[in-house]
Amino acid sequence: MNAGVTIIKTAAETALANTFSQARARLPGDGAIAAQRDAAFDVFAKEGLPHRRIEEWKYTDLRALMRDAKPLASPPDAAAKTAAKTAGALLRDIEARRLVFVDGAFVAELSDIASLEAGLTVRSLADALSGNDPALTTHLGKLAPGSDVAVALNTALMGDGAVIRIAAGSTIERPLHLLFVASEKPSATFVRSLVVVEEGARAMLIESHEGPAGSDYQVNAALELFVGDRAHVDHVKIITEGADALHVSTLAAAIGAKARFNSFTFTSGGAVVRNQLFLKFDGPGTVAAIRGATLLKGRQHADTTLVVNHAARDCQSREVFKTVLDDEAHGVFQGRIIVRPHAQKTDAKMMTRALLLSERAEADSKPELEIFADDVQCGHGATAGALDDELKFYLMARGIPAAEAEALLIQAFIGEAIEGIEHAGLREALMDSVVAWLGARG
Amino acid sequence: MALLEVENLHVEIDGKEILKGLDLTVNAGEVHAIMGPNGSGKSTLAYVLAGKADYVTTAGEVRFNGKNIFDMQPDERAAAGLFLAFQYPMEIPGVATMTFLRTALNAQRKKRGEPEYSTPEFIKRVRDTAAKLSIDPDMLRRAVNVGFSGGEKKRNEVLQMALLEPRLAVLDETDSGLDIDALKIVADGVNRLRGPQRSFIVITHYQRLLSYIVPDIVHVLSHGRIVKTGGKDLALELEARGYAEYQDEVLA
Repeated sequence: MNAGVTIIKTAAETALANTFSQARARLPGDGAIAAQRDAAFDVFAKEGLPHRRIEEWKYTDLRALMRDAKPLASPPDAAAKTAAKTAGALLRDIEARRLVFVDGAFVAELSDIASLEAGLTVRSLADALSGNDPALTTHLGKLAPGSDVAVALNTALMGDGAVIRIAAGSTIERPLHLLFVASEKPSATFVRSLVVVEEGARAMLIESHEGPAGSDYQVNAALELFVGDRAHVDHVKIITEGADALHVSTLAAAIGAKARFNSFTFTSGGAVVRNQLFLKFDGPGTVAAIRGATLLKGRQHADTTLVVNHAARDCQSREVFKTVLDDEAHGVFQGRIIVRPHAQKTDAKMMTRALLLSERAEADSKPELEIFADDVQCGHGATAGALDDELKFYLMARGIPAAEAEALLIQAFIGEAIEGIEHAGLREALMDSVVAWLGARG
Repeated sequence: MALLEVENLHVEIDGKEILKGLDLTVNAGEVHAIMGPNGSGKSTLAYVLAGKADYVTTAGEVRFNGKNIFDMQPDERAAAGLFLAFQYPMEIPGVATMTFLRTALNAQRKKRGEPEYSTPEFIKRVRDTAAKLSIDPDMLRRAVNVGFSGGEKKRNEVLQMALLEPRLAVLDETDSGLDIDALKIVADGVNRLRGPQRSFIVITHYQRLLSYIVPDIVHVLSHGRIVKTGGKDLALELEARGYAEYQDEVLA
């Protein structure tokens, strides 16, 4: 026996393998989908959970951070559905069309799927998988990188999610809100959504993830988003998971020509969060703003990993990510801008800033530019530092107490990222939650 | 009782003694000018009074309204009526000037047990005061001091002073970097606030400002101590003869 090449499986890896072999037969989808699941699972079986020697996961060693794998969530019972009615409080003032998922399963009675606007089609992924929806064959798995183990696990175990199509030229006024809520029972959910926004259409898509504190549930969510030529899409992700939750989510988007694309991620919850964004500009003349604000305390760990692939000429992208770290929190930002050889006149600027409120907090930033075209304007910047004592003194000298002065400065810091959100109600809701976070800081 | 009493104040920064036994008494309603060469300790005095960290008081006492100021945080000193107009006002990106003014004013009023201003009341007060200081209302919508010219920053300091209505205002080289028109606007702003209950310490290198803000008492600060005190004519004398003799006096 050759002992040298034995791969030591962690408890979580073993449990995930068992979960898959037990669930495989009853997971939704026909032969082609089942084959896709098997292939994806093979990626995981070969690689195991990503760890610190995998460059992309250097700062988020999932193998070490994920001590076990929870059992797959069972369909929510009546109590879980009742409890889910109070979910989404942060966005209560926003007139969004809600699609509610409890423990990863679509719950029609909590969702607003009546009288859909013309051009809007909504379906649950479980339905689409069981019904061999042709949209799946053409789109599912086309954008999410199959080699990424988090994505592979999602593909292997995806149970439900949303499948949304917005027909060419339609403007959907009401934001669509995919609301994911975990019940009290600690379990694992694998949700996969597919959103196709056709040529010239316009929509706003909000994804929010929340759950109870004190439950070490696990969420793996992936969204594949197709933005057609001249479409205008605003994407917002709000991660306010319970304090003990593990959250891994992925946005993979392909954006057509002359489109407008804005993405904003707000993270304040979860014990371990990995937020992946894989964005590709497929057509010329597109303008995109990719932003994020993260507020962490205690021993929270949150990682934003961003890959912006300029594969077409004349596109402009702005990336702004801000992180506030208190106590022993750990914030990670990995941002890579790739400019392909033919993507001339690319204009891309990435900025990441971390504000450390404690001596024990840690910020890791890894901005990268990979430029293969010669006529481009690209830049990146990264800063990490404490609050400016001079500014704090100036505020205090005007009568503002220390805690309030700090709160004002932190709000200003994080506000720079939030201000870019076009939707006023959402901007206010997020600023309110920043204020609440600061209030809890005491 | 004097409003401000400074006795034998010794202050160090980074182990270097800057103030070396400074004495100063300011009564209600008085305007004191403190003049002196660069490096004599003028700004240090201003910062120590306002409560900036980094300065270590090794000896002496400072009482404001009878209370030991070293027992008070900077915000408590401000609420008690002490105001410092900064030589270099800070730029605070992301904090709107109106938010800043309102937070400061209401924090002080709250600490003094006074009711907070209503929004319309507050806005009216700011607008009226800003107009008197020729401050463009557009400036109030911008982040604190961000993109302001030197003169605008100084006028913004005076605006804050006028709104906060301190008992004692310390003006640290408020004249530096101002052209003559801006200087007159700032001086008018200060003069409007003069009254029997309000005192000023005007710190300046040049006599020029004192032609517009006429002091009751002029002090010469050199090598960390007040070496001469006189009436308003002392400022003119200094302008004519320079600081050389006072620097020599201490060295001798």
